[in-house]
Amino acid sequence: MTALVDQLKGGLDAPICLTWELTYACNLECVHCLSSSGRRDPRELTTDEAKAVLDELHRLQVFYVNIGGGEPMIRRDFFELVEYSIGKGIGVKFSTNGAFIDAEKAARLTAMDYLDIQISLDGTDALTNDAVRGSGSYATAIRAMDHLRAAGFVERNGPFKISVVVTRHNVDQLDEFQALADSYGAQLRITRLRPSGRGADAWHDLHPTNPQQRRIYEWLLAHGEHVLTGDSFFHLNALGDENLPGLNLCGAGRVVCLIDPIGDVYACPFVIHDEFLAGNVREPGGFTRVWRESDLFLGLREPQSAGACASCGSFDACQGGCMAAKFFTGLPLDGPDPECVGGEGELALAGVGTGTAPRPMADHSKPPRPVPVSLVRK
Amino acid sequence: MSSTPTLAVTAPDATIASRALALHPQVALRPEPFGALAYHYDTRRLVFLKHPDVVRVVAALADHPTVADTLVACEIEPQRWPSFERALAALLESEMLHDRTR
Repeated sequence: MTALVDQLKGGLDAPICLTWELTYACNLECVHCLSSSGRRDPRELTTDEAKAVLDELHRLQVFYVNIGGGEPMIRRDFFELVEYSIGKGIGVKFSTNGAFIDAEKAARLTAMDYLDIQISLDGTDALTNDAVRGSGSYATAIRAMDHLRAAGFVERNGPFKISVVVTRHNVDQLDEFQALADSYGAQLRITRLRPSGRGADAWHDLHPTNPQQRRIYEWLLAHGEHVLTGDSFFHLNALGDENLPGLNLCGAGRVVCLIDPIGDVYACPFVIHDEFLAGNVREPGGFTRVWRESDLFLGLREPQSAGACASCGSFDACQGGCMAAKFFTGLPLDGPDPECVGGEGELALAGVGTGTAPRPMADHSKPPRPVPVSLVRK
Repeated sequence: MSSTPTLAVTAPDATIASRALALHPQVALRPEPFGALAYHYDTRRLVFLKHPDVVRVVAALADHPTVADTLVACEIEPQRWPSFERALAALLESEMLHDRTR
């Protein structure tokens, strides 16, 4: 395994796992949104430009893309792009809040091959979920799952996914999430909360406490065989002798990357910031040149220093954790993860001056709604 | 880097050398510096083929009557056959390969 991890750290000819946020437009405004989505960016890739990217991914033999946003189904060419991708042999996994999955769309999605759907849900009840994802979003997600069930999606395509960002407030619901997934024949996917996008502000109140992290680790060891995690919890491996299933490394710029709605290529979906911007698919050479030749990605594929963690006996297990989590909490990239299970992150965070952590670059949040003023005629 | 393939090991299949195997029609191979990635579009399973020789053998399976014929044609030394048989058995188990006669 170690030899493979070393190979992967050196980078691949093309990404294994490519996330493509199709739009910054969203009907919701989740407090932890990685991409600070809300409003469409007018520079968004056109349909033809998006298809040219898919042509390139086909040439690179990228097996599948993870499509997200924003809410990707808002794009009017959503189905056109998904069908084009699948027609090129690039499978599509897309994340959605479910608002645009009605009976007709559910039937259309069910008829497609090589399509996976992830419905985002951050609580097994409306109170817990809507506190993070906004009023009505729990009911919206459940309705979408009901439409998929009625359309027979699972019977034809296999389980759709219920995708959960684990927070301080839903960590006690893991068993209930599993039961909910089972009741739909769906598969549970849980991922780590990152302090990225709007999450930079929400993270301090939402990220699991250290005792909760241990619970996640133990739950995953006990139940994780059928649960997807995006391999996002590898920092928890320092909690015990047994590693969680999946790749134990940060894949940023090595095996994963992000294409954002305007074609900017970042090292991973959690670092939308100039420091991690490798290039743009609209530049000469396109995505391929960015992946293979950008200084940023070539640098990430060099051996990384363990820095302050070098003397810690757990470094091989946790690999120093998540680059994005460190960056947006103001910690050095060669230091401990802010959620270091050994408590080093908490100590390091205490030394970060208020307001000194880098801010996410682009905010696509909708402007605050004007407070309605009622005019009372006297 | 070890000279033998290091795939997940299952019990060696004593008869696998005599079988007629091929890459599953829903599996795509992508060459990489360490060997190749294999992706199964139906099971969504991704497998690392961690040695270029394994990739050569897997890609050649369909061109020869049996696994043994393939190993000979790919000039795999006899002392390495057991590890190749284990690797191919694991790939068959995970449906990355299929039996052409069934």
